[in-house]
Amino acid sequence: MNLIIRGIIQVQEITLLIWRVLRGIFRPPLYLREIIRQMDVLGFGSLTIILLTGFFTGAVLALNTGNTLQKFGVQSVSGQLVATSLIRELGPVLTCLMLAGRVGSGIAAELGSMLVSEQIDAMRALGSDPIKKLVTPRIVALVTMAPALTVICDMVGTLGGLLAAISFQGQASSVYMSSAKVAVTYNEILGGLIKPTVFGFVIAIIGCYKGLSTTGGTVGVGRSTTQSVVVSSILIIAVDFVLSKLILSLLLGP
Amino acid sequence: MANKFHAIEFRDVSLAFGDRVVLDRVSFAVRYGESKIVMGGSGTGKSTILRLTLGLIKPDSGAILIDGEDITFYTEEQMMKVRHKIGMVFQEGALFDSLSVYDNVAYRLREQKAPESEIEPVVMRMLRFVDLEDAVDKMPNELSGGMRRRVGIARALVGSPKIILYDEPTAGLDPITARTICELALKLRDLEEVSSIFVTHRLQDIEVLASEYVVRDDFGNLIFEHEGDKLCLINTKFIMLKDGNVIFSGSDEEMRGSGNPYIRKFLDNER
Ligand SMILES: Nc1ncnc2c1ncn2[C@@H]1O[C@H](COP(=O)(O)OP(=O)(O)OP(=O)(O)O)[C@@H](O)[C@H]1O
Ligand SMILES: [Mg+2]
Repeated sequence: MNLIIRGIIQVQEITLLIWRVLRGIFRPPLYLREIIRQMDVLGFGSLTIILLTGFFTGAVLALNTGNTLQKFGVQSVSGQLVATSLIRELGPVLTCLMLAGRVGSGIAAELGSMLVSEQIDAMRALGSDPIKKLVTPRIVALVTMAPALTVICDMVGTLGGLLAAISFQGQASSVYMSSAKVAVTYNEILGGLIKPTVFGFVIAIIGCYKGLSTTGGTVGVGRSTTQSVVVSSILIIAVDFVLSKLILSLLLGP
Repeated sequence: MANKFHAIEFRDVSLAFGDRVVLDRVSFAVRYGESKIVMGGSGTGKSTILRLTLGLIKPDSGAILIDGEDITFYTEEQMMKVRHKIGMVFQEGALFDSLSVYDNVAYRLREQKAPESEIEPVVMRMLRFVDLEDAVDKMPNELSGGMRRRVGIARALVGSPKIILYDEPTAGLDPITARTICELALKLRDLEEVSSIFVTHRLQDIEVLASEYVVRDDFGNLIFEHEGDKLCLINTKFIMLKDGNVIFSGSDEEMRGSGNPYIRKFLDNER
């Protein structure tokens, strides 16, 4: 019972935080410089892990499915299989799970330690709104950078699949590539971009919320950090299910 | 109008965190140009009073007035204007870790979109005031505790607020640095007519703040003098908190003469 009430309170507080972000998002000051800095730190800073994740995911996909496809004599579609899996599912989800681990935790830790060392209070005392100065830039940065990184992950993953198909299954690169191209349609890409946009928002808002609701000093910062990763990862996977259903029925037809 | 109101006034302010009553109908007022020294044991709500004054938290009941304005129910946006008048020195400094000393001190002016050509002289003047010109390019983690505290003071003074809140600015510092900080407070009180709340435990601070004053001689030099036959300081008053109540309010002479056993213990223990 206690758990349910706590959950309801948290949902309420997160909704309030979202409302305060939206209310102030176009009202000056806009802190454009801070937004760009966060895009650099949170987005560009995650490029390496996204490249590695994408590459090996694509490669292992081609590797694992190669034998099965061969059994049915349709090895030529392995490019399409890898690209579709990446664009629809693995690209958005893996990219954003990595971001939740690297970036969401960082946001919670940074804001949490600012809170316990009274820096947030100092900010308010000196006349700035921590929501606009800290939360909004991180949300804008992640909502824009998560889709961008997902696209990169998809591309690198397809390339990884290609390399695996060529070197371990003796496939011709032209066969793989022309098969992969079939997967790349406008609706697929649109569907594949909606997901990371939503996930990016989830990661940022959960990280900020957990950071700003830290209690209990430095120990509390550790707790908030862990919770932000756990909560946003679970939310990503749950929201992914709902979005997949919606995208399948609305964008990609029966 | 200036003398009609108090710089800060608390009227029957109560606040509880869960079951823990921190302030129970606390009332006091700080006149213009007055320094109110707030004492009391750890956890008696001294920092809480400062946070209420800044509107960072709201009381459960009662009213808080700044400059005659009732801020009790002000929204965060309305509070922003009030906070322009107030400088706060936080207990642990609360410097922004990611910003250099210069950027920390410049923070308020940057937020007000002042041009850099205006910011630089102000920042350097403030850092000179706290004697930290050399540390201008350092990051907060490169500073000692006393230096952090002084950067915090410099940051609070930018914009020349007429009200300053000091939260134990001398705690844990060596006597010389502590004295420097008290002298800064004296200068602001006597030369700039700043009203302030000064939270402290240290009897040495009380001694300095309650019995010394600053004057500027004909050559512009600052001279620290002791109160004596010439004059008796009336711009420094004390309050003592205990169990959520103000158990004493008055001048230092009255406090030393008080028969209250808790105050006696407080004054004797620290000596
Ligand atoms: N956000 C909060 N949540 C719960 N309790 C709080 C909170 N802030 C302060 N308190 C409690 O309120 C009481 C007063 O705290 P406050 O920080 O005002 O004490 P203080 O007089 O400044 O003490 P110190 O001299 O140690 O700084 C303490 O018992 C503290 O536990
Ligand atoms: Mg305190």
